[in-house]
Amino acid sequence: MSVVEQVLKGDVRAVARLLRDIDDQVPSTRSILQQLYPHTGNAYVIGITGPPGAGKSTLVDQMTAYYRKQGKTVAILAVDPTSPFSGGAILGDRIRMQRHFLDKDVFIRSLATRGHFGGITKSTHDMITVLDAMGKDIIMIETVGVGQGEVEIAECAHTTLVVTVPGLGDDIQAIKAGIMEIGNIFVVNKADREGAKKTVQELRNLLEMGKKFRMETGAGKNGWDPPVVETQAHKGIGVDTLCGEIEKHREYLTAQAPEELEQIMLKRALHQFSATLKDELFKEVIKRMEGKGLKLEDVAKKIMAKEIDPYSLSRTLIKEEFKEDA
Amino acid sequence: MSQERRLRILVAKPGLDGHDRGARVIARALRDAGFEVIYTGCHQTPEQIVQTAIQEDVDLIGLSILSGAHNYSFPRIMELLKENGADDITVIGGGIFPLEDIPRLKEIGIKEIFTPGSKLEDIVKWIRENVKPRKMDAA
Ligand code: B12
Ligand SMILES: Nc1nc2c(ncn2[C@@H]2O[C@H](COP(=O)(O)OP(=O)(O)O)[C@@H](O)[C@H]2O)c(=O)[nH]1
Ligand SMILES: [Mg+2]
Repeated sequence: MSVVEQVLKGDVRAVARLLRDIDDQVPSTRSILQQLYPHTGNAYVIGITGPPGAGKSTLVDQMTAYYRKQGKTVAILAVDPTSPFSGGAILGDRIRMQRHFLDKDVFIRSLATRGHFGGITKSTHDMITVLDAMGKDIIMIETVGVGQGEVEIAECAHTTLVVTVPGLGDDIQAIKAGIMEIGNIFVVNKADREGAKKTVQELRNLLEMGKKFRMETGAGKNGWDPPVVETQAHKGIGVDTLCGEIEKHREYLTAQAPEELEQIMLKRALHQFSATLKDELFKEVIKRMEGKGLKLEDVAKKIMAKEIDPYSLSRTLIKEEFKEDA
Repeated sequence: MSQERRLRILVAKPGLDGHDRGARVIARALRDAGFEVIYTGCHQTPEQIVQTAIQEDVDLIGLSILSGAHNYSFPRIMELLKENGADDITVIGGGIFPLEDIPRLKEIGIKEIFTPGSKLEDIVKWIRENVKPRKMDAA
């Protein structure tokens, strides 16, 4: 049986290996993804982002239990940062999800960022393609987001949750600066802690300001108003409400604002296409260049020695290499 | 132009053993050596460990156990790996082991055992020399 057939049948081992190959940029994955792509579009993708320790993994565990009770199948991609010093990583999100390890309808994969900025990994989009094609109903993606441009999660997800906790003070500022824009739903987890109500209020105020701005500029008058949900993930409190809000957002996208859903899908398609194209183009140009005996390392050395500048070299290469094809 | 694969390692603690200091120290050392380490915490059943190893597509399972229950969990894990067609994954152990148990564990396929006092650099060196990432083209 081919890898494609195995994936479509939901073969866990085949999927696990394919995801690794995608992460490691094995060239043969391209044609497999190509064949899987037509089988996608059924999964609902939920992004979960927020600072380390906010309770994201615990929430994902609880949400998984919720969706499993509804009979839905679940896949989880849990992203943790790669150490910039060693290139290694400790991926510990599974610690909170142990009870689902033996559920055949839950697939969990831990991923390291491997130097990719933006909160997710370079491979995340393609991995979603595989998990969607294997037939998962819900795909959850957990990423660390501390307000430093980790906004790519919103390009993968239908609904993005931004998770925070009470008592971080400056944290609200961080959210405001970085990831306020991407949240469809805001979660104040650890609501058992002091200051939860204050944090909720601060978030609501910020969202209200955002809404006023939207109204004044005329953009999205009947738009989605992101709700703020309190949860105590370690006890499962508030999780039903949270999943209810996700469902409302899903209904909003499908029934009320299909144009917004289209925007999300459009952005995703564009991102997937441009990322793949950039990658393939780069590889093709380098291949042709090396075919002429010009090694990438030697070129880098020449650039370093200022014998040549990267700008004109890039332009010359592209012009030369694609002249006859243009 | 594909880069080298990165080694993926599962560090797991089978059974009711709550001694997790060693496992954490090992996980950190392996991260600092440039490996991707999946750490799943304490109280794992053999079934959970094997399912995790498969879903995460690891090259190596490192079992940490100080409770003395290795004579049950280790053979069971090896059995389950075989049943699931995943016995290409290397398995090693670390923690407290009576000397007389070690040959028996090696006989069932545990490649190496590291007892207290094992130097972290020796463990890393052993892994580099004995565990290779799964082949690129074997999809
Ligand atoms: C600290 C400790 C505790 C702490 C644990 C804290 C924690 N969160 O880890 C506490 C106080 C909680 C504790 C409790 C108990 N402990 Co205690 N504990 C120890 C002690 C003193 C040190 C263990 C340790 O942390 N060492 C430091 C780490 C870094 O070393 P390590 O784990 O051995 O790891 C090294 C190697 O073994 C190896 N390694 C380990 N794992 C792995 C994994 C891989 C993949 C690799 C490659 C290598 C590797 O590499 C590491 C670096 O060299 C040992 C005695 C000893 N000297 O080992 C007893 C010991 C393990 N405990 C013991 C017992 C009996 C208990 C209790 C049952 C006591 C009781 N009656 O209540 C409880 C049970 C707790 C539980 N839930 O399981 C016994 C076990 C006896 C046995 N196996 O037959 C020991 C051996 C003491 C003894 N001599 O009796 N304990
Ligand atoms: N007090 C409290 N602790 C929580 C809550 N949710 C999660 N935790 C704990 O917070 C810690 C970090 O949780 P984790 O899910 O790993 O956070 P992540 O880093 O965001 O994935 C764990 O010890 C959890 O048990 C909560 O609602 N209240
Ligand atoms: Mg986490």
